[in-house]
Amino acid sequence: MNEVLQGRDASPRRPGCGSGGRLGEASLPAPAPEGAGAPGFALTRNGHGSLLELSIGPQHPSTHGVFRMDVALDGERVVGLKPVFGYLHRNHEKIGENTTYLGSMPYTDRLDYFCSLTNNWAYALTVEKLAGLQPPPRAEYIRIITAELTRLQNHASLVGFLLQDMGAMGTPLMYAFREREKVLDLFESLTGARMMCNYMRFGGCRCDLPPGWLEQAKEVVDGFPRFLDELEALLSENEILLSRTQGVGVLPRELAVSAGITGPMLRASGVNYDIRKVDQYGIYDRFAFRVPMGDHGDVYDRYMIRVLEMRESLKILEAALRDIPEGPIVDPKAKLRGFRPKAGEVYGRIEAPKGELGFYLISDGSPQPYRYRVRPPSFINLTVLEDMCRGRHVADVVIILGSVDIVMGEVDR
Amino acid sequence: MALKLDELKPRVEAAVPGAALQIVPNPIPGGQPSLLVDNAHALEVARFLRDDPALRLDYASNVTGVDWLDTVLQEKHKVKQVVEGVEREIEETTEVKRPGYLEVVYHLYSMELKHGPLVLRLRTGNRTDQVSVPSLTPVWRGAEFQEREVYDLYGVVFDGHPDLRRILMWEGFKDYPMRKDYVEPDDYEYEPTPHDEVMEKAKGHYPAQHGV
Amino acid sequence: MSAPLLGQGIIKGLVETARNFVGSYVEKDRLTTVQYPEERVPQKEAARNFPFLVYDGEDWEKGLRCVACCICEKECPPQCIYIVKDTARKPDYLGKLQFQPKVFDIDTSVCMSCQICVEVCPFDAIKMDVEYELSTGNRFDGLLQRKAQLAKPNQYFHKIHPAEAAEVDGRLDAEKAKAEAKAKAAAAAKAAAG
Repeated sequence: MNEVLQGRDASPRRPGCGSGGRLGEASLPAPAPEGAGAPGFALTRNGHGSLLELSIGPQHPSTHGVFRMDVALDGERVVGLKPVFGYLHRNHEKIGENTTYLGSMPYTDRLDYFCSLTNNWAYALTVEKLAGLQPPPRAEYIRIITAELTRLQNHASLVGFLLQDMGAMGTPLMYAFREREKVLDLFESLTGARMMCNYMRFGGCRCDLPPGWLEQAKEVVDGFPRFLDELEALLSENEILLSRTQGVGVLPRELAVSAGITGPMLRASGVNYDIRKVDQYGIYDRFAFRVPMGDHGDVYDRYMIRVLEMRESLKILEAALRDIPEGPIVDPKAKLRGFRPKAGEVYGRIEAPKGELGFYLISDGSPQPYRYRVRPPSFINLTVLEDMCRGRHVADVVIILGSVDIVMGEVDR
Repeated sequence: MALKLDELKPRVEAAVPGAALQIVPNPIPGGQPSLLVDNAHALEVARFLRDDPALRLDYASNVTGVDWLDTVLQEKHKVKQVVEGVEREIEETTEVKRPGYLEVVYHLYSMELKHGPLVLRLRTGNRTDQVSVPSLTPVWRGAEFQEREVYDLYGVVFDGHPDLRRILMWEGFKDYPMRKDYVEPDDYEYEPTPHDEVMEKAKGHYPAQHGV
Repeated sequence: MSAPLLGQGIIKGLVETARNFVGSYVEKDRLTTVQYPEERVPQKEAARNFPFLVYDGEDWEKGLRCVACCICEKECPPQCIYIVKDTARKPDYLGKLQFQPKVFDIDTSVCMSCQICVEVCPFDAIKMDVEYELSTGNRFDGLLQRKAQLAKPNQYFHKIHPAEAAEVDGRLDAEKAKAEAKAKAAAAAKAAAG
């Protein structure tokens, strides 16, 4: 079951296309000496008088939310880059300490606001580990169906946004959003809301599938391969895409592992680590799917892996929609109100579309957690942004950031 | 697969002489216990955990801070006492003051060997002046941003961190928001909504504009 | 593999674009927008926006199902509900005397439509509305909704969520029938004993 699919090149790599090259050993960023100019930059004071410090500021159409990068440029080439965030910091973790376990569930929707159902699942999984609850099989199938649908619409949106950043002026984005609308309609008829679903409960799901939902879902899943074929025909051999993404933003394998990168970005660098296969949470062991991997670790590999992952998700969805059993939705031991798990701590994680989403809960026996921590994949994937961008042009910075796939709701919480 | 701490502890102690390790239990059923390391040897223990061929814990998944306030623990122990001429064992509860400290918790996994997690804990001396622990960023680069976040929100100073400054709060922010004794300021710049209590608070700060 | 012609990939992409462009006039599937506000996409059965209070019958004050138990106020994550219990009691649909809310405010600028209040209400008194065209002329006008604004009849509930309303009505009718049967049995027992 653990087959590995090599990221395929749609066309032969053009020689001399982007240096790619060694970005130095997997190393630490240079420490900031006392009294440096901009925070973290030792550059401007050291006599490198010709460096330009540019703040690709929080209000920017291509920065995927309120995100700032302080970039030090030598002409057009990036010499240093410091990401600055915290503009969307809502102190979700402190809210979690003052709210009951159930009350935190709607707040988890708003972490990675594209993928609210996987956020819900990660939190529900963690609390179930803490309290020893076991969801029934039908609930597990529903969770997998919704999680893979979420992965589909997230990867489709990401491809759209990446192309938008490259200047494709919205065409791939609108095609992706057309498919995304179908998935969001499914979520609306199931949970009541398109994005802030608040659907998982501890021990199962909130409500059962409405009549006709499975057929609608099957229709969406059957229509998706046509969209993927059209998307690949539109994009994967496009010369502009190839020359702008191949060899750009290379992330070496050792750096990726050391920096705690997870998700498609890690697999693009050639590391076979997919939490669905490693931890086998839920009932993923019943599904046959492959894990796409890349061997160059550049932006093109990350884009290609997301397209391939969409195809693998379709396989899981077809199997799940076919095999879903009848039965109850919630573990009968679960309580909605007055939920007080035993004192202790737990760390639960899932493979969210962006990477490893983990929740760390410390309970002290009261209805509110003592410590509630979200391990956000986008936040940690940004660690290597500087290493990937050093030596590239400013235009590449935007594309590399687009391929990291960040959502500020998760980075800042 | 979780790692067995009882087998691990003696190997770590053999590899890093002088390290004071302690296993912190986890009361929930099936709970993973954690390894508490003293600050002086934390870096060496971390290097051993990452490089040892049987462990290869090369992936620091999660770095968290936890704030433990000064608490009073009730400890029960049996005491032999003579009651009515018969020696009996009576349970006595004594109150033990436990001073507060800040804790940094690392969850370590292995991407190579696909096992884990190993939960590593580092503790500071107290919550006021001895708040530094060694930074494990030289061992796992992924700890860089997360340790900055622990510094920002809890005030734990990481010695040896390449770039320790605030990450989520803005430069020049005072105090540490995630601490349990944090008092939030009430002079936010925010929209007063019609809800009474909020309106009263807002009126206090913007006297010229009330009447909205 | 022979080297592709320069521009071949772009031309392939343009063919796709043309197919989608022409197709949007021909296939319904490719055109996903509607001319709002003349055309509207029909709401799903389960859709939710802000909560409202249900009342049975014609009189909204007498028929209000809410008994001011304050469970929704406690469970609401952002604490947007504000209830003040009234000392006067009124009979509910079973005839039992219940409390009622004197003040029931929902601050819609705080409410995040999470539906937890609906889930925990033991009396089916608060349900989710689907109204989304809520703009007013004044900035703060529609934000704090009081009891009178929130109370809407059961017929409205049937209109927006037919399946859910039917299920709730079925359950409440069954409860009423059970209570009546019990009362009849008790009266019969009393008549037989007396």
